[in-house]
Parts: sequence; structure tokens; C-alpha cells
Amino acid sequence: MVTIAAIIYEPGSSIKNKTGTWRTFRPILDTNKCVKCENCYIFCPEGAIQEDENGNFKIDYDYCKGCLICMNECPVNAITKVREEK
Amino acid sequence: MQFPREELFAPGHRGCAGCGAAIVARLLLKAAGKDTIISNATGCLEVMTTPYPETAWRVPWIHTAFENAAATASGVEAAIKALKRKRGKYKDKKINVIAIGGDGGTADIGFQSLSGAMERGHDMLYIMYDNEAYMNTGIQRSSSTPFMAATTTSPAGSKIRGEDRPKKDVAMIMAAHGIPYVATACISYPEDFMRKVKKALSIEGPKFIQVLQPCTTGWGYPPEKTIEIGRLAVETGIFPLYEIENGEFRITYKPAKRKPVKEYLKMQKRYRHLTDEDIERIQKYIDEKCKLLGL
Repeated sequence: MVTIAAIIYEPGSSIKNKTGTWRTFRPILDTNKCVKCENCYIFCPEGAIQEDENGNFKIDYDYCKGCLICMNECPVNAITKVREEK
Repeated sequence: MQFPREELFAPGHRGCAGCGAAIVARLLLKAAGKDTIISNATGCLEVMTTPYPETAWRVPWIHTAFENAAATASGVEAAIKALKRKRGKYKDKKINVIAIGGDGGTADIGFQSLSGAMERGHDMLYIMYDNEAYMNTGIQRSSSTPFMAATTTSPAGSKIRGEDRPKKDVAMIMAAHGIPYVATACISYPEDFMRKVKKALSIEGPKFIQVLQPCTTGWGYPPEKTIEIGRLAVETGIFPLYEIENGEFRITYKPAKRKPVKEYLKMQKRYRHLTDEDIERIQKYIDEKCKLLGL
């Protein structure tokens, strides 16, 4: 059903759409190598890289589209890529 | 912790992998915070973030037509002012009114309403995310397309060498309106961009920021290079970062030594038709421009 004036009442409802299925390459973050410079965090177009409760960065594969900006911008090469296979 | 952790721009939007416009929106909201109302002109950012009935925005957001993002934002600003004065609402709150438009929605179609809003002196910030063509409809040239870039309406062939007009300098045109704050920024320098947004929002009156945002589909490069290309654009001097505060011009990032523009051009498909002679011509044009700005 279309709402009046096409108003969307639920903020941020696009989280329903799991864009992780778009991925061709999967970035893998090695937390032992990570120096927490926050480059991957701030440059991710999806905001799919977030800190977990231990303060380590973690990639959310539900939303990661596999653009690999994080891999390209990592100064210590802590992020590598593997091809997605089904 | 270098950057604020609040995510006001939700994942799950339909931007391409490696989309620069999504980075613009995310950084902008991180800097502006949650007391923000956004007026968004039609364009890539609007189409990809709000496929009905979903939205990626966690702040109040209005979709407007191509030509009136600034007019809508100025109306919102006037309404807030009236509510404050007449009804005593939002008394101790500062509400940021931000309009966002692409380069087509800013430099071409939305130009009159932008110029009007800036001239009337509304307390608002206008963000132009500049990807240098109409990417949403399939890479047609806009007045912000740089010299010799190939698009679908300025194709490169044996006679025509891509776009035949230089890039329109919208930031300088806005500065000519005599507004208190004008700046250029690039997504590859997030601290710089976020600092400029925060500074702009702390100033009363109309503000304008032009953000360069490489586009993987339109410019033709692998998606992981989005940030790298933006950095090269600044380091080669093709897109200088500066701010103009109350008429005072200041370069905010000065590359130690400007890189040759060839490095930037060679990475992109839209410039692959360029001969060494063409590159020389572009380099000369940039050298002149940088000399003028003191880069």
C-alpha cells in the first residue's frame, strides 16, 4: 500500500535489503595485523565495517558489496580478498 | 576514536559497489549529527537511497525535484524560524538545514533556486556532490564535466575529443554571491570534509560546499580505486581544496609537490582517448589555474 504523500515512517528501513549478495570478492580482515587507523571504517560506502565489543573492526558480510575500497586503503595490508564461491 | 560512531546513513542502499556519493552522505551525517533536515534533489543519491518504501536516511529527509533543492531547504529554514518565533518550538535547539544536489542538480538545473537561496541569506548549507556528469541517467555531460572527458553526450571520436568546454567553477560563482562560507572538499580527505561541514554549520547564513566524488561507473575505473582517484585529483591540482571564509581565501591542502596530471587521467576510461598532446594541454591549463590559486 502506498502511504499518503509517499511518506516513509521508518527511518533507515533499507537495512531490510541485504546487499551482501552483490559481492564478487570477499574482503577478509586479519585483526592481528590491524592497527586501527580507521581508514576502512570511514571510507566504507555502506558503513559495513564496525567495531565489535572488544574494539576490533569487523566486516558485516550481510551488507558488504565487495567494492574492496577497504583493501585498497589499508596501510598495513591487513585486508585480503577471496573470490566468492557458491 | 578518530571519527564519531553514530550511523545516520543506513546500509542496504542501492548505490554501486564503491559508490562515492554514499561516502559523501555518510561523512556529512557523521559531521552534522541527528538534528538535521535534508532536502535532496533528484539524482543518484536520491534514487539509490530511497527505493520506496525503504529509506537509508535516519534523519528527516525530503525528496524534491531536480531544480528546487535549495528552494525547499530555504522554505524549511523559514518554517523553523517561524515556529521558533510564534510557537516557541525548538527553543534551545539548533537545527541544521542541509540541501544536497549532484552537479547536474546544482550547476545546471538547480542553479536558479540555489542562487536565489544564497542571495536571500537563508541559514542553510548546500552540499554539491560533484561526480562531473549526470550519472543517474547514464553519464550525460553536465556543465561540471571537465575538459576532454568522454561522456555519452560528449563522446570521443576522431573529430570531437570529448567534452569541449572547461569545468564550470561553481564554488567561485557561489563565492561571488558574497556568502559567509564557501569550500571545496574531496571524500578522500574525510577529516578535512567533516571539519568544513562542522565549521559551515557553526556559521549563520548561507553556506556552500562542493565535494568531489569519483564515480566508478561514470569515470570507468575498478571500484576499489574510488578513494585513490579522489586523492590523485587533489594531489595533481585538478581539484584544489580551499575555503573562503568571509571573503578570505585559504588553501586547506597544499600538496608538497604537485603530481603530473597524467597519473590521474591514465586511471580512468573517460580519458583513454587522450593523446600525449591532449594531456600536455590539460597539464598547461591546470598549471595556470594552480598558479592563480597559489598552489
